[in-house]
Amino acid sequence: MIELEHYLAVATALFVIGVFGIFLNRKNIIVILMSIELMLLAVNINLVAFSVHLGDLTGQIFTLFILTVAAAEAAIGLAILVCFHRNRNSIAVDDVSVMKG
Amino acid sequence: MEVQALAFYLFALLVLFSGLSVVLARNPVHGVLWLIVAFLSAAGLFVLQGAEFIAMLMVIVYVGAVAVLFLFVVMMLDVDFAAFRAGMARYIPFGLLIGAVLLMVLGLEITDWKTSGLAADLRQSVAPAASETGNTTALGVLIYTDYVLLFQIAGLILLVAMIGAIVLTHRRRERVKRQDILSQIYRDPAKSVQLKDLGQRNGIGDD
Repeated sequence: MIELEHYLAVATALFVIGVFGIFLNRKNIIVILMSIELMLLAVNINLVAFSVHLGDLTGQIFTLFILTVAAAEAAIGLAILVCFHRNRNSIAVDDVSVMKG
Repeated sequence: MEVQALAFYLFALLVLFSGLSVVLARNPVHGVLWLIVAFLSAAGLFVLQGAEFIAMLMVIVYVGAVAVLFLFVVMMLDVDFAAFRAGMARYIPFGLLIGAVLLMVLGLEITDWKTSGLAADLRQSVAPAASETGNTTALGVLIYTDYVLLFQIAGLILLVAMIGAIVLTHRRRERVKRQDILSQIYRDPAKSVQLKDLGQRNGIGDD
């Protein structure tokens, strides 16, 4: 059996990669959304690892709900992105700050 | 035992490598494809831990729906992605700094904790033995009993997200012919059909 710490290490590294991606691609909303998905994936790995370690299924149920919310978030985020691109013809994060009226 | 360890390191390295590739990808389409690889290898990690249901959900929901959604949007929007990468080198040091700090803070916690003696008694929903019930069955029983309210709310969230996405992206275009069902229903045969008595060798426009 692989130790719990191994899974925690993987999840930690993946989470940090997600944060790094947000800082690195701070102009590109699509990559930012993908980085958020990576961070949520890291959280899911953590929850499942602890769930299996403790023999408590609640962690896996929480993973299920996180998955739901992540899917909804991606759908809405991409819809807003498409809408924004249609109106302004760009998806640069900097342009979002000039929203008037 | 050896196979399990080998599979773990394979999936772990793959998930980290593909995660980095998502972040660093030159072309966002490649980024989305790497995202799919990351989700698939995470599903492999879940299978390794015996959480098959979550693993299958990962493959179906993330790879089948979310990643394809990303792929659609990336390909649909005509964006000059090269322009985004112009200033990227400026952000690398700051991003690395934040990443290193976060990694150190979180890394300190990985080994430096211990499970409370009460943890076994505090379990909300004890997992049945693997020989007794499968992971999927056990989760299904839990979801439809103890967590049925949360399950319904999750469905509601998805419904709201679906309606919101449709409302946000739907647009009425000008000069496109659409079916107007009401006007079709209210069309009167007496007004829309004319019977004309035409003489010989006369067209309808000749009179």
